[in-house]
Amino acid sequence: MTAPIIGSAVRRKEDYRFITGQGRYTDDINRYGQTHAYFVRSPHAHAKLRGIDTSAARAAKGVVGVLTGADLAADKLGGLICGWMITSKDGTPMKAGAHPALALDTVRYVGDHIAIVIAETYAQAKDAAELVKIEYEELPVVVDPSHAQAAATQIHAEAPRNTIYQWEIGNKPETEAAFAKAAQIVKLDLTNNRLIPNAMEPRACVGEYDDATGGYTLYVTSQNPHVARLVMSAFIGIAPEHKLRVVAPDVGGGFGSKIFIYAEEVVCTWASKKVRRPIKWTAERSESFLSDAHGRDHVTHAELALDADAKMLGLRVKTIANLGAYMSTFSSSVPTYLYGTLLSGQYDLPAIYAEVDAVYTNTAPVDAYRGAGRPEATYVIERIVEEAARQLKLDPVAFRRKNFVRTFPHQTPVIMNYDAGDYDASLDAALKLADYPGFAARKAEAKARGKLRGIGLSTYIEACGLAPSAAVGSLGAGVGLWESAEVRVTPTGGVEVFTGAHSHGQGHETTFAQVVAGRLGIPMENVEIIHGDTNSVQFGMGTYGSRAAVGLTAVSRALDKIEAKAKKIAAHVLEASAADIVFENGEFKVAGTDRKLAFHEVALNAYVAHKFPTSEIEPGLKESVFHDPTNFTFPAGTHICEVEIDPDTGVTVVVNFTAVDDFGNVINPMIVEGQVQGGIAQGLGQALLEHGVYDKESGQLITGSYMDYAMPRADDLPSYKLGFTVTPCPSNPLGMKGCGEAGAIASPAAVMNAVTDALGLKEFDMPATPSRVWAAIHRTRAAAE
Amino acid sequence: MPSVTMTVNGQAVSGEVETRTLLVQFLRENLRLTGTHVGCDTSQCGACVVHVNGKAVKSCTMLTVQAEGAQVTTIEGLAKDGKLHPVQAAFKEHHGLQCGFCTPGMIMTAVDMIRRIPNLDEKTIRSELEGNLCRCTGYQNIVKAIDAASKEMKGAHA
Repeated sequence: MTAPIIGSAVRRKEDYRFITGQGRYTDDINRYGQTHAYFVRSPHAHAKLRGIDTSAARAAKGVVGVLTGADLAADKLGGLICGWMITSKDGTPMKAGAHPALALDTVRYVGDHIAIVIAETYAQAKDAAELVKIEYEELPVVVDPSHAQAAATQIHAEAPRNTIYQWEIGNKPETEAAFAKAAQIVKLDLTNNRLIPNAMEPRACVGEYDDATGGYTLYVTSQNPHVARLVMSAFIGIAPEHKLRVVAPDVGGGFGSKIFIYAEEVVCTWASKKVRRPIKWTAERSESFLSDAHGRDHVTHAELALDADAKMLGLRVKTIANLGAYMSTFSSSVPTYLYGTLLSGQYDLPAIYAEVDAVYTNTAPVDAYRGAGRPEATYVIERIVEEAARQLKLDPVAFRRKNFVRTFPHQTPVIMNYDAGDYDASLDAALKLADYPGFAARKAEAKARGKLRGIGLSTYIEACGLAPSAAVGSLGAGVGLWESAEVRVTPTGGVEVFTGAHSHGQGHETTFAQVVAGRLGIPMENVEIIHGDTNSVQFGMGTYGSRAAVGLTAVSRALDKIEAKAKKIAAHVLEASAADIVFENGEFKVAGTDRKLAFHEVALNAYVAHKFPTSEIEPGLKESVFHDPTNFTFPAGTHICEVEIDPDTGVTVVVNFTAVDDFGNVINPMIVEGQVQGGIAQGLGQALLEHGVYDKESGQLITGSYMDYAMPRADDLPSYKLGFTVTPCPSNPLGMKGCGEAGAIASPAAVMNAVTDALGLKEFDMPATPSRVWAAIHRTRAAAE
Repeated sequence: MPSVTMTVNGQAVSGEVETRTLLVQFLRENLRLTGTHVGCDTSQCGACVVHVNGKAVKSCTMLTVQAEGAQVTTIEGLAKDGKLHPVQAAFKEHHGLQCGFCTPGMIMTAVDMIRRIPNLDEKTIRSELEGNLCRCTGYQNIVKAIDAASKEMKGAHA
């Protein structure tokens, strides 16, 4: 017997096409008669549109059409939507302003869409776009979330004080009582910096109308093609779902930014019927910076109540979350149910009360970005826990241990029910891997060299594998978060698996095939994983929120059904009772005999249907499952960061980074390690380099290119030490937990705990760039003198 | 429109292009060699790296007409006789790619790097990757793959 496929570092099936330049991304697709689009965008952050003159553009060489918001309105198309209803603490529904795909009378951020110019070539479209004459009446601008509610400008008529909702979670009286009896209260102000996702493949689409069928096809950079089709059909009204095919081919990274339904794909699809030609649009990177949904951008005040024995009594949090100029597809859920529900961390916290005000500003919409709410929650709890340990003069490890949750299931005061975990195990492993006891000596050695060395921990938990449908429905979600799988066995014994879990870097074509091959005892090359096309996959909610485990469970349950039916067929062929058939190593055997059939022989029998009564058993071998998870999965672990700061230059170097994660049972450790490495890189990017900055006066995006926005490069980052502990997840048959976001969730707090340790500062916001660190050192020195 | 002639992956090719046409546009749109990608508009990301006359070049930073008469190799021309180049094989073996979008540029940069620098170490590889962005991998496995390919290719020539 060779090593089991499930759990092995199988090399990826999808790699061959990528390493030979044969990936097929949206911009690689060219349709017969295709035209090219360029979008005219607002150069102003907030303005009334006083007039749009497209005549010169329409007369320009090669131009096929120019369309504006008025054309969309004339066709009675609906606007873009936010699919998660949040109710404010006063019981009122969130106050969402309209979001037309092309602006009607007002533009609300730099990059807001005004017109589409369609031409024979991209260069012609771009040239003609410069001829669209627009008269603007500029309005006052607000970009900073903490100023939005008192700003002199109102961005949407529906939302007074630019406030979308004022939400709460937890128990206010119990939390106040906890604070009233506290021996010590630790307070901290925190900013979670705005990030720009920057998947390396810019967003793109090709919209195509087919007059012969009256149907549309949209090729698009999407993490969830069925959700895109549903929204474009049910809410925007382009075409009924059965007349709209959405294809998400190879997608070059998403990190959340390709979940959402954007203006460009809506307009290109709709306009393809207007001009009776396919229309391609591909974002230039500058457009991605301006118009991809951004992430984070929270301002928070947190307070932790402790008793005289350093036991946590309560946590209260007040956050202002910037949602930008419009509410993107899932934006409302990110600073609420994906954030407030994780504020208990790994701790036995008896009382929590959190308030979140979501505000409009004249900035790009903000929505889910790798981690989505959980990095913000982890940053709050892990920064204040570290600060509390410092104020109490306790070892941060001992302080955490004193407050860890140790019995499961554990009901937190903020909805989540932790099902399994062992937080001491991951902490112990991380301390060992990081040589935590040796830190004091390393710090002294660094000091002798004139360097400031600091260490920081982050013992995180996150909730992923989104999510039980009724539960999210009760919290306001407009959709269920189940996943579907269809397993088709061909007559010759090959297996086609259709999954709604789109893969855009996660390696599903390998891990899903491992599960199928391992389970059926057939070679990996006999399994094909098909995703990303609404014409072939029955339905899918897509890939985000580390939810591929939901899709894998659906596949696993479909395999249960395949096995059950195959056993019945084998019983008839082998002239035995179905109860006597056992399935092992790809063979159906009559127990206690040498009579057996290989998997492919049963498949053939299923299709020829000669040897079983078709009145009882249908011919064929194909099963489908819609799997609704019964709980979230709860990955957890410990990240430890060690930094060295040069006080003369302010340069912070991560000299050691250790992560020990508990993802339950792992299908492919190579892929899991890759996910962790990539997640940590994004977390280190947030902590040390990245910051989406808008000018406060003009609302211009200052960090609008790779010259200005510091994407982590290879020489900015170290190699990480990774370890794993395992407590199997009880809520799915394979015992898996999601692993895609943990790195980005856990690491920023570890880095900033290390940076503040090195600097001896309580409050210091991300990103810890050399200039900001240098300035902080000099401020501290000046204050001391 | 000026016409241009060059050799791409060993094949003589020619075409008529606007003078402003970038080499990457000619490769992708005229020749349909879509393995070379465009990830930015400021010559930062390196997804478009190809070899021009044996040197790694960002093909978004060169006009097509500047490549007149040049020998160009793209990712599609790297494997020979159905056999992967050692750098391609190393990227697969060491999980040096996830979404695959930056991968062609990374591989073309790595081939050039290995050719230029005899004794690569982690620090040098990271520094040499300055002009190539990846958002998925955190670079760790890309560095590992280049290091392994470098050692393997050195062994093959020893």
